[in-house]
Amino acid sequence: MFQEAPPLWKNGPAPGSFYNFPNTTFSLLQNSSSDAFKHSQSPVTTATSIIALVYDKGVIIGGDLLGSYGSLARYRNCPRVLKVNENIILGAGGDYGDFQYVKALIDQKIIDEECLDDGVKLKPKSLHCWLTRIMYNRRSKFDPFWNNFVVGGLQDGAPFLGTVDKLGTAYEDKIICTGYGAHIVTPMIRGVLDKNPNIKRAEARALVIKAMEILFYRDARSFPKFQIATLDEDGVQVEGPIDVSQNWQMATLIR
Amino acid sequence: MSSIGTGYDLSASQFSPDGRVFQVEYAMKAVENSGTVIGLKGTDGVVLAAEKLVMSKLHEPGTNRRIFNIDTHIGMCFSGLIADARQLVDIARKEASNYRSQYGVSIPLKYLNDRVSMYMHAYTLYSAVRPYGCSVILASYEDDQPLMYLIDPSGVNYGFNGCATGKAKQSAKTEIEKLKLGELSCKELVREAAKIIYLVHDELKDKNFELELSWVGKDSNGRHERIPEHILADAEKAAKQAMEADSDSDTDDL
Repeated sequence: MFQEAPPLWKNGPAPGSFYNFPNTTFSLLQNSSSDAFKHSQSPVTTATSIIALVYDKGVIIGGDLLGSYGSLARYRNCPRVLKVNENIILGAGGDYGDFQYVKALIDQKIIDEECLDDGVKLKPKSLHCWLTRIMYNRRSKFDPFWNNFVVGGLQDGAPFLGTVDKLGTAYEDKIICTGYGAHIVTPMIRGVLDKNPNIKRAEARALVIKAMEILFYRDARSFPKFQIATLDEDGVQVEGPIDVSQNWQMATLIR
Repeated sequence: MSSIGTGYDLSASQFSPDGRVFQVEYAMKAVENSGTVIGLKGTDGVVLAAEKLVMSKLHEPGTNRRIFNIDTHIGMCFSGLIADARQLVDIARKEASNYRSQYGVSIPLKYLNDRVSMYMHAYTLYSAVRPYGCSVILASYEDDQPLMYLIDPSGVNYGFNGCATGKAKQSAKTEIEKLKLGELSCKELVREAAKIIYLVHDELKDKNFELELSWVGKDSNGRHERIPEHILADAEKAAKQAMEADSDSDTDDL
């Protein structure tokens, strides 16, 4: 039977295996054989998918209100789509504590800019770019903020939608779904937008509600209460909690 | 006060034999060289007004402002050296930001006042530094309560219903004392503040000035803001009219 070669010396490299040099940042992050266990490198209380898309004159972001503790649905009122200022809305998934921390950073940033009183307001592209720096900086320290952020906004009259993940990877798109939603509902939303790229606000809203419904049925970390934020020429609106319309008639047929 | 230091005025860390710290007194002189600023506390907020002297016609209007935002609900204005004041503004903003990050709420003005005045006071204790050449007024509106403090270069501070520093602080104070501060609202105080600044402005010595006005209170939803353009224009017009009416009656007397 195949056996891995033993290390050349105690705690030394073994032929045919990866070797992490001791006392480097990377090796210290690994859970070593000691009893100590690092809790700071993985999410604790998490929020699931964010659904966001651009409609004809604005952007819409939706997300449910659940804070999961592992698979336990522990907190049932964790808002994570919000207004940042008159022309930016934000959605966040992943570790809720990290989100709250980054939120505090953003709030202070808004105040700092207001203090300057130069008549310039933070714009969505700037916030998105700034968030990429924050996220990339932390991942480069091997201590990432465990989040997906979705920034929506109006910049120079045009809708903007962008995202950043915990590695600092960032992109802009007309449709952005994070987490499980990226797999489950992006195809559906794409299908709708391919047929009609310039849907109205009401249609976009219906689409997000449909997406939340699908996710509630399929995503085991989801919740039937969610919020929707929209931003267009009428300004920012954060609605919710909205209930998912549930239908469990099917259940009676299953034996 | 105007006596000469005779060797005891070279350091902020040394008393004179009659118990004074000359460097601090000189700092106060620096304050008296600059344009007047006043703060008026009303029933529903605080109004700050500054007479910004314009040294050259070549300057852009609106530069070197003398009223600053510290936090959403706190305003600061100063008289004295602008570069010194900007550093204090920076310190105050950092304190406000730090307090918010630690306690999750905006800093109560009482605490900010304490921290800024302790900071200014620290600069009156050592021979290696000079005191700040400015007095600052801090104003806020918290829990439906208007608040205002004035800090001197010595680090001494008082809470005020109405205060003035700068060139014409004496005559400004006399004017403020005529007001019924406990009864006036911010909207009324804006006009009064504009009038006072116009009144105490010395046209012979200083030609040009810009009037700066800000408020924090009910009318601004508890935020410290520059006074909206049209209200400022109104107040300025009323002030100018009052000045003209005043000078007319002066000539009548002659």
